[in-house]
Amino acid sequence: MDPYALKALNAERRARRAAILVTDLGDGRDRIVREGDQVAGDLGAAIAKAFRSGNSGSVEAEGRTFFLNAHLPQPRLLVIGAVHISQALAPMAKIAGYPVEIIDPRTAFATPDRFPDVALHAEWPEDVLKRQPLDSYTALAAVTHDPKIDDFALKAALDANCFYVGALGSRKTHAKRVERLLALGAAADQIARIHAPIGLDIGAASPAEIAVAILAQTIYAFRSRGLDVSASAQRSESILEKHDA
Amino acid sequence: MNDSLYLDEARDPLIIAEGWMKDGKDVAIATVVETWGSAPRPVGSHLVIDADGNFHGSVSGGCVEGAVVSEAVDVIGSGKARMLEFGVADETAWQVGLSCGGRIKVYVERLG
Repeated sequence: MDPYALKALNAERRARRAAILVTDLGDGRDRIVREGDQVAGDLGAAIAKAFRSGNSGSVEAEGRTFFLNAHLPQPRLLVIGAVHISQALAPMAKIAGYPVEIIDPRTAFATPDRFPDVALHAEWPEDVLKRQPLDSYTALAAVTHDPKIDDFALKAALDANCFYVGALGSRKTHAKRVERLLALGAAADQIARIHAPIGLDIGAASPAEIAVAILAQTIYAFRSRGLDVSASAQRSESILEKHDA
Repeated sequence: MNDSLYLDEARDPLIIAEGWMKDGKDVAIATVVETWGSAPRPVGSHLVIDADGNFHGSVSGGCVEGAVVSEAVDVIGSGKARMLEFGVADETAWQVGLSCGGRIKVYVERLG
């Protein structure tokens, strides 16, 4: 392995950015491909697939055998709001492989009693996100219903290109939210990425069912990210249309 | 969202390999590149080895690490990468095998 490739790979991993180490198993030469780098041909197609799945493996291309070692940051879910939905969502998401952190400045809500074994921040999102910036391998679900708490976090999630951004609230609530986010300087196409009403349309009624709907939508967003953007956007649009119907 | 929650720098083989390199050590990196059947460690797993035979990480549940380490010391000496294969019935080439019944292919290369 090229020492510079190792240093570059570790730098990407420390920064929570996805990278693939591509090794030619014939001559041992290797290089780092970062997410978004353009690689042509069959090798490029295999690399794109490895970025999406996170699976490593060998691939035959250009008459050679390459090993692709995919290093994806651990996806995680940040929940704004220590509410009833979050109590169900936190353990479910953890089981599904998405570690959860919860932010809620209301100390009566964000108690370790209500959220055992969850990383909990009883602070304003502004303060927590200053310390711990968001990134594209983070999903953000805003479920407080309170603009004072949700809005800043939603804007930050859009700016950081979080792979999933969801917000609780009816279409009417969301229309008002859109106006506030525009006033905060968010672009319209950014705001269009927000899943609101939050969660897949599975007719969820109880807080636990809503948690399932949010988690399913998060997983879908993660597994469909990056590739075939227009098709996945259409699919999520059709989900929203069903909400509207 | 502290990064240390997600990347365990004290145990991460590739972080350790980089540290060894900085300390001027000769290092080999072994990578699981293919698995068949019930392999104990997934494709992409690493074992890193220095010239004295110290190692971190794993390519199996401990079944073949000893053999990989001794091959790795040779690879550090020669600089020539090797592809190793281990399976339960693969007694001819190697004195060790996988009791789980799977088979794995491990690529061993020198760092630098």
